[in-house]
Amino acid sequence: MPADTADVVVVGAGVVGAATAWYAARSGRSVTVVDRGSVAGGTTGAGEGNILVSDKPPGAELDLARLSSALWRDLAVEVGGFEYDTKGGLVVASTPAGFDALVALAARQHAAGVETVVVPAGELAEHEPHLTPSLAGGVLYPGDAQVQPMLAAARLLRAARTKGARVRTGVEVTGFLRSGDRVTGVRTTAGDLPAGAVVNAAGTWGGEIASLAGVDVPVLPRRGFILVTEPLPRLVRHKVYAAEYVADVASDDADLQTSPVVEGTEAGPILIGASRERVGYDRTLSVRVLRALAAQAVALFPVLAGVQVIRAYRGFRPYCPDHLPVIGADPRAPGLFHACGHEGAGIGLAAATGRLIAQLVDGDRPELDVTPFRPERFA
Amino acid sequence: MATSPYDVAVVGAGPAGLAAAAAALAGGARVALIDAGRQPGGQYWRHRPGDLGAVADLHHDLGAFRALVAGVAGAVRYFGQHVWNVSGSAADGFAVLTAETEVAARSLVLAPGAYDRQVPFRSWDLPGVYTAGGAQALLKGNEVLVGRRVVVGGTGPFLLPVAAGLAARGAHVAGVYEANAPAGWARHTAAVLPVAAKLTEGAGYAAALARHRVPFHSRRAVVAAHGEQAVEAVTVAKLDREWRIVPGSERIVECDAVAVGWGFTPQLELPLALGVATRVDADGSLVVEVDERQRTSVPGVYVAGEACGVGGAPLAVAEGEIAGTAAVAAPVPARLRRRRRALRRFAAAMHAVHPVRDGWQSWLGDDTLVCRCEEVTAGEVRAAVDDLGATDARTAKLLSRAGMGWCQGRVCGYATACLTASASGSATVSALDLQGVSERPIAVPISLGRLAGDAGHTGQQ
Repeated sequence: MPADTADVVVVGAGVVGAATAWYAARSGRSVTVVDRGSVAGGTTGAGEGNILVSDKPPGAELDLARLSSALWRDLAVEVGGFEYDTKGGLVVASTPAGFDALVALAARQHAAGVETVVVPAGELAEHEPHLTPSLAGGVLYPGDAQVQPMLAAARLLRAARTKGARVRTGVEVTGFLRSGDRVTGVRTTAGDLPAGAVVNAAGTWGGEIASLAGVDVPVLPRRGFILVTEPLPRLVRHKVYAAEYVADVASDDADLQTSPVVEGTEAGPILIGASRERVGYDRTLSVRVLRALAAQAVALFPVLAGVQVIRAYRGFRPYCPDHLPVIGADPRAPGLFHACGHEGAGIGLAAATGRLIAQLVDGDRPELDVTPFRPERFA
Repeated sequence: MATSPYDVAVVGAGPAGLAAAAAALAGGARVALIDAGRQPGGQYWRHRPGDLGAVADLHHDLGAFRALVAGVAGAVRYFGQHVWNVSGSAADGFAVLTAETEVAARSLVLAPGAYDRQVPFRSWDLPGVYTAGGAQALLKGNEVLVGRRVVVGGTGPFLLPVAAGLAARGAHVAGVYEANAPAGWARHTAAVLPVAAKLTEGAGYAAALARHRVPFHSRRAVVAAHGEQAVEAVTVAKLDREWRIVPGSERIVECDAVAVGWGFTPQLELPLALGVATRVDADGSLVVEVDERQRTSVPGVYVAGEACGVGGAPLAVAEGEIAGTAAVAAPVPARLRRRRRALRRFAAAMHAVHPVRDGWQSWLGDDTLVCRCEEVTAGEVRAAVDDLGATDARTAKLLSRAGMGWCQGRVCGYATACLTASASGSATVSALDLQGVSERPIAVPISLGRLAGDAGHTGQQ
């Protein structure tokens, strides 16, 4: 091995790459992070920063989310500086049938270890005073939290740097170094970077990185818009969303889906989502989508009608056909690990993903079974 | 609302927009003229509400203004309407969206103008600190003086009419502090002589300042404000070639208001929303790239005036006329092209004589506010680069919150981009940096009720 070989090269300086770099550096590995853009310049910088357990039915992804939520709680102390807010989630249903289905889901989540509180219609106002009175009921998830996602990535990278990691932005990966089948580093626009292991944390662009290594990882962009209001006193206390959101997340439809997701932030503005469409990387602002988001938010919180929107942004969620992320070693290209395809849950799942990848790179047994996330499952 | 598309929608009813609308109408087009103001004129020909005859002595070229207003009589006016988004294409037609309505058009002329470029200085968040343009707007629009004893500072020929106007209305102008040396104009006679009216205009303001005994100081700048509740004084200092303070040259000047301007920043939200190509102009501003017919890189979209490069009202009028003519596919007269060329040369000379040098950054303490909306300091912007790894202005903004508040970076975007470039070791601010602080997909705030399109939600003020 050349002397300048890193133990781990992480491709992608988003939140997943940052968490991977942090956990790998903390366990004593020499780490280099490369990104063709800037720190948190992709999907990390285009989301709300959710750390959710509420929107996942029992299964592998919920297990990952629960582990990740616990790790974020630790990171808020160990690293900190990224507006970690344990505000909780409130899922609301507009019809009695919808409420019944929501309560049934909550019961199953509760059995899987998620803290849930069923809130009858008459008690919703105690939790969210400005909610429309026309709802059938809701479920409170005290375990839902939020971070400022760009700060989270930047702080994790900074912490990794204090443990010796190197972060090289504006450097694009153009290919892989190989020794037989084995991946031994990456070729970049700034020269070759030999490495013991390469982690593909390129998010929505993870499929392109995988194809440079000759393997197929089907990650596709799923566009979403977010509206940002003027800074306000805490009008909305939780992340509040409609029960249909869970169905939208799981949908395979390429057409537009919107469901109201409304949340206040520590900094003051209220964030309003969520839309999902598969339109490639089209960055055009869609007035139709913004209007739908505004209408749904006002229906949920009538008080918002007079509140000013000052900003809108869009991003591209890294979407896999089965809605599960890709986490683990790639048997088709030994030395290559994937940590991408987290769709809209990348911030929340980043901590666990980074930790599990660091354990796999170390040759340790990961603390959660990653078989459901294996990269070769799509073949 | 459901009208057939206009041939041309002109956004902005300042000098460029008025000229564009008049030219398109003269070419036989159906024209919509849209402006945030309740009456035509823009910033340059701003008047007291409902009275276009007022404050004539503070204005320049009023004859041209009256002719343009008469020329747009045939346009359908959408005044008092803020455009929050433009979208569409030449093939599908364009939509200009305001909170109240949607205007459909086959082609667009965007004439959004510019606003004062600001650089931060110590305590510039004190009440009594105004932009030069803000002081001028209060005077022209409301006949209100920003103070009784006023200091005017910054750079550029615009400082002269601001100081002259304040003095004419009875303010004591304690001094005009021009950070550059106007003697530099002597090197640009070839650019100035063909547009001799500019000389007369400048000489007129200089005479007015002399008449009111307003002292003019070159190579000096307002580098700090002082006061408890409001401005009570400013520090002015002599600058070296790079605009660092010459040690020992600081002087305290008492005042109850200060008006500062460092050139202008074009308003690019709407052109950028359509994806037009841009470039960095000689004054360091991001501007729209246009051809000799004011066409942008997006078919059917024309841009005129300050958004293509800051150059003043006569140039804006010339560009507007060209854009309106081109938008109706009429030939552009050679005299117009010549006039635009001469005025562009003058503008280039102006930018060469009145640059903004990086040395202003050395006036700031780490605790000096850069973003007043979100209260972000220069130290915090630099830390976003040094500590958190930002390498471009957009990332620095998102990591420090500079430019994330009410004004969405209109005031601090330029300063944030400059500080980021300096902290990350770049010699100049790139177009990408400026684009990162200039894109605003929602160009002006709109209430959620209005955005939802429900007429019942009128929105609160």
